[in-house]
Amino acid sequence: MDLDVDEASAALRDEARAWLAEHVPRPSLPSMDTAEGFAAHREWEATLAEARLSVVTWPREYTGRDASLLQWLLFEEEYYAAGAPGRVSQNGIFMLAPTLFAHGTAEQRDRILPPMARGEQVWAQAWSEPEAGSDIAALRSRAERTDGGWLLSGSKTWSSRAAFADRAFGLFRSDPGEQRHRGLTYLMFDLRAEGVMVRPIPQLDGEPGFAEVFLDNVFVPDADVLGEPGNGWRVAMTTANNERGLSLRSPGRFLAAADRLVDLWRERGRPEDVAARVADAWIGARAYQLYTYGTVTRLAEGGGLGPESSVNKLFWSHLDVALHETALDLLGPEGELAGPWTDGYLFSLAGPIYGGTDQIQRNTIAERLLALPREPR
Amino acid sequence: MRFAVSAEQRQFAESLHELLARADTPAAGRAWARGEHEPGLKVWRELADLGVPALLVPERRGGLGASATDLVVVFEVLGHHAVPGPLAESVAVAPSLLAPELLPALASGELIASVALPPLVPFALDADVAGVVLRVRDGRTERVEIAEGPVRSVDAARRLFRVEPEGTPLGAAPAEAFELGVLAVSAQLLGAGQWLLERASAYAKQREQYGRPIGSYQAVKHLLADVATRLELARPLVHGAAVAVTGGEAVARDVSAAKVAAGEAAYLAARTALQVHGAIGYTAEHDLGLWLTKVRALTGAWGGAGHHRARVLAALEDM
Repeated sequence: MDLDVDEASAALRDEARAWLAEHVPRPSLPSMDTAEGFAAHREWEATLAEARLSVVTWPREYTGRDASLLQWLLFEEEYYAAGAPGRVSQNGIFMLAPTLFAHGTAEQRDRILPPMARGEQVWAQAWSEPEAGSDIAALRSRAERTDGGWLLSGSKTWSSRAAFADRAFGLFRSDPGEQRHRGLTYLMFDLRAEGVMVRPIPQLDGEPGFAEVFLDNVFVPDADVLGEPGNGWRVAMTTANNERGLSLRSPGRFLAAADRLVDLWRERGRPEDVAARVADAWIGARAYQLYTYGTVTRLAEGGGLGPESSVNKLFWSHLDVALHETALDLLGPEGELAGPWTDGYLFSLAGPIYGGTDQIQRNTIAERLLALPREPR
Repeated sequence: MRFAVSAEQRQFAESLHELLARADTPAAGRAWARGEHEPGLKVWRELADLGVPALLVPERRGGLGASATDLVVVFEVLGHHAVPGPLAESVAVAPSLLAPELLPALASGELIASVALPPLVPFALDADVAGVVLRVRDGRTERVEIAEGPVRSVDAARRLFRVEPEGTPLGAAPAEAFELGVLAVSAQLLGAGQWLLERASAYAKQREQYGRPIGSYQAVKHLLADVATRLELARPLVHGAAVAVTGGEAVARDVSAAKVAAGEAAYLAARTALQVHGAIGYTAEHDLGLWLTKVRALTGAWGGAGHHRARVLAALEDM
């Protein structure tokens, strides 16, 4: 058992640190959920890609560096410590790409991954529907067979980045005779295709971070089916495990936020009333970092991500809220002033909801990790 | 980086588990609480046969020269089975305090030690079974005599003793003595918390009310999921602190973080396990109380959460 960083990993970490120190935009970019901010974040993705730092874990042929998961974690620690911009390409590079590597064809990877890595194509996720939230298997949007492809109809909602993104991916009911998890197909579609209407939805901060997407007989070629038709649920589960398990919110993000909280606490004269919560925020971020080092060790030795990814998500979503609440409480009357801490706070409030609510995660932990009986469904 | 329990460590933990599962540690703990030490000392002798007291004793003194990461793997198992006796004191702390000529007896299990480190460890635990009682004060180790005891603990199996104000000086006490004690207790808490979670989960599967196992109700299963989450995230802190003690970097910060997280996770496990069991868990006949009271005692022992949080913050300010 050790925490030693090997030479190659240290070299990547040091390179990233030096590059970020020079290139991270100052002042920080406007919110990615505005037209102007989205464009600026897209440009930042291109800048990252030029330095081959946008998708370090991908193979070299797709502008990656074949970095190990440990190297990725170290990169992320540097990335957030440097205060670098949020990743507008997040849905694509951390959710769709792992699914493409697992289930996609060579043609799909060659066509889709390079523009994704450079921010030329930004992806939105399209999972939820008005009647299918936690119960995602209740989705109703359809994919009907047509010549050379499929016609999509229905609506998707809470679709992150869809207000400004180029393309989206999601599950559609392709076999009307089947129910629930069966007869679903994983499809990728153009958000500007004929028959698509995007209605941006302002979030708590007033900016349209997600949107409702209406589909009316939208043509999608067979080439944009990911995995086998009818096998969408299994294909999507790859993504779901990636999202919760490791890549959605890397520990570096919370470590950086916890360090900033400790600094804030010190600058404000070490107020006693929040000291315990400041310590707990740092301890929580450190715990998540070490837990993830353990996960990466297990994966490197051939293990998989199981219900632990629910443990992980439940933990960080609470940590994030608590950390930001502590900062706002520490600031007292100034806590209401809009700025980085209120931005972070509002962002954190979504954590216990997206990617599977806290309640869904607790069900998974109880039923799959502790083997408690399933509740009647 | 390989941040995981090694195959050898896992094997050692498994053989310890087997031994302790056979040993009826609840009965030994109950006897220990009445001052009948023999069943507990029998467990100690069996642990000595496996090399537990030899772990941190150097090889040239008859020990195993094991690392702090080995120590926490072992202490998690000891905590899981609620083994009575001055474990942290004798196995984790004494090797760095005792005179070299006493170490072979400590390693073989012939000698049991107890230690007080006032103010955070004001009493010498189970000093009446210890062949040597030490006190660390102002960075110096002294050999001391029992003054009074046992003083009752909320955990009846923890028999606490006051020691005489004057002692025989033995030499300088290394700072790592305290860190290893805190680390060992943190691992013990983790193990006790894991036992409480396992027992409560098993009970929730078997106990039926309103015609269904209570573990199928979200009100129950979500409590247990929260406990599992806290324990899962406390364990890497304990392991990380063991690595820090071995490597010498940010030791106070990491050891204290481990104590806070392990203490709170185990305490949540204890409260939740009692709630899930209901009235049966509140009886002295049921074993649950042995673990619940031990966790309560260990949560404050070797410094409570307030002390250790302050140490984390102080260490962060120095970085």
